[in-house]
Amino acid sequence: MDKTYNSSMKTAQTVILRIGLYVILSVFALYFLMPLFVMVTTSLKHLDEIRSGSLIALPRDITFDAWQIAWSQACTGIKCEGLSPYFWNSVSLAIPAVLLSTFIGALNGYVIAQWRFKGADIIFALMLFGCFIPFQVVLLPMAKLLGIMGLAGSIQGLIFVHVVYGIGFTTLFFRNYYVSISQELTKAAKIDGAGFFRIFWSIFLPLSLPIIVVTVIWQFTQIWNDFLFGVSFSQAGTQPVTVALNNIVNSTTGVKAYNVDMAAAIIAALPTLLVYILAGKYFIRGLTAGSVKG
Amino acid sequence: MIHWLEKHMPKLVLTPSFAGVLVFVYGFIGWTAWVSFTKSKLLPKYDLVGTIQYDRLFASPRWETAFENMFIFGGLFIAIAMVLGLLLAILLDQKIRTEGFIRTIYLYPMALSLIVTGTAWKWILNPGLGLQATVQGWGFESFTFDWLVNPDKAIYAVTLAGVWQASGFVMALFLAGLRSVDQEIIKAAQVDGIPTWRIYTSIIMPSMAPIFMSAFIVLAHLAIKSFDLVIALTGGGPGYATDLPATYMYTMAFSRGNVGQAASSAMIMMVVVFAIVVPYLYSELRSKNHG
Repeated sequence: MDKTYNSSMKTAQTVILRIGLYVILSVFALYFLMPLFVMVTTSLKHLDEIRSGSLIALPRDITFDAWQIAWSQACTGIKCEGLSPYFWNSVSLAIPAVLLSTFIGALNGYVIAQWRFKGADIIFALMLFGCFIPFQVVLLPMAKLLGIMGLAGSIQGLIFVHVVYGIGFTTLFFRNYYVSISQELTKAAKIDGAGFFRIFWSIFLPLSLPIIVVTVIWQFTQIWNDFLFGVSFSQAGTQPVTVALNNIVNSTTGVKAYNVDMAAAIIAALPTLLVYILAGKYFIRGLTAGSVKG
Repeated sequence: MIHWLEKHMPKLVLTPSFAGVLVFVYGFIGWTAWVSFTKSKLLPKYDLVGTIQYDRLFASPRWETAFENMFIFGGLFIAIAMVLGLLLAILLDQKIRTEGFIRTIYLYPMALSLIVTGTAWKWILNPGLGLQATVQGWGFESFTFDWLVNPDKAIYAVTLAGVWQASGFVMALFLAGLRSVDQEIIKAAQVDGIPTWRIYTSIIMPSMAPIFMSAFIVLAHLAIKSFDLVIALTGGGPGYATDLPATYMYTMAFSRGNVGQAASSAMIMMVVVFAIVVPYLYSELRSKNHG
């Protein structure tokens, strides 16, 4: 009797605890979703409704005007052609920068992990440290160098900068991946007469799909979301989307159109959000790579 | 010749990257360090004159605010993100059925640009039409939430947005850590009747020490580099109340045309990052080579 009473108490307690747990988890989910929700609803409202209504109310009558304006008419300073040219700037800078830095990182990682030579570890340590510097410390000389190279204010210049400072991370990713592949494989292939590149193309590259995906996603997110290099090394016309977004939001001309600001922010965020939704697993793996041992 | 090429190919492949790192990382740091000891103003000069730039930096009230803000923002940001991240990880580790879904929600801010995060929070926190006005509209007339425009509070608004962005990431780190703890030990402890909270504090946490360390390093690094968030959320304002070393450096370099101040403030940032990262990297590389 006593025993069943006790155990039913215990079940009731567990059930209450579980409910409490789910309530807390849901509250946090709301906290994380709230800004996105506010952004989306604000972008779908008319300005009058924004001025008179509540932040978290649903739009009374949905309009896509703000999206249209954000994409093709909003002012980023003097020019008023919306976010679209800058969106394409970001696309045309991110794609080559991601591909180049991933490819170079793969080759570097392959050398450091599989073709050990004296000093390779020191080179790796020096590259790894390069990942951690505050980029402020290289902004001034890089601006000078880009000027000398004739790349100041150009998309090519930004690609160059992103590749240079992305290689540290991409090398780290591939090195850590290839280090877990037995060196015996390389040795055996060498005995069979395969050369450096042959072994890379026919043995390592086919094994690398997961780490390529992780690296490409990591680099894409970094480069798409970059602001510091973009704002420092671009000029009117070559700015990436993050810089243009900031200019739209902080542009002082005309009436403050919050719905346009929010639509522009969502447009700027869409590519990386999409990547996150489609390939979240790889995104998280990139984030935690190197941070969690084993 | 071909034999020589084949033999040295690995080194040849690595050479351009290595040279790039030497020049673009270490050479550039050297350049900035050198210029920080000169009288450079609009253009870099190369005659060393001692520490006048640093003297000027630490005499500047604006830098004082920026430097202090780095510790206020950094300290709060790291502490809150760590506590919140750990809490969320522990809650999610209780065999939650919808774990994957909830994790996706908690972590998505990490995929956003800090400019987007800043834009969203700037809108939410603006006192005129944002959260304050909304809550007042519900009848709580005296409700105030004006951090964004209050010089004494604005840095906390930056912290709030920063925590929102990063705590899901810390959760993911800790969750991976919780999962990597030996389940046999936990089962044994449960069999022995050790209460759950003791299992966490005495068995699980201590074995996660390296993850605390990594989370700290990543967050500290994010905090020191934070630039985008301040620019988008407050622009360093009101006045220069939310300036950070990163925004100070940028203003000096690109708006004020003061290369000397930009270089010296960048070097201070570098030293702070050094002080945190070097011991960590050193111990990481050592344990990898010897363990």
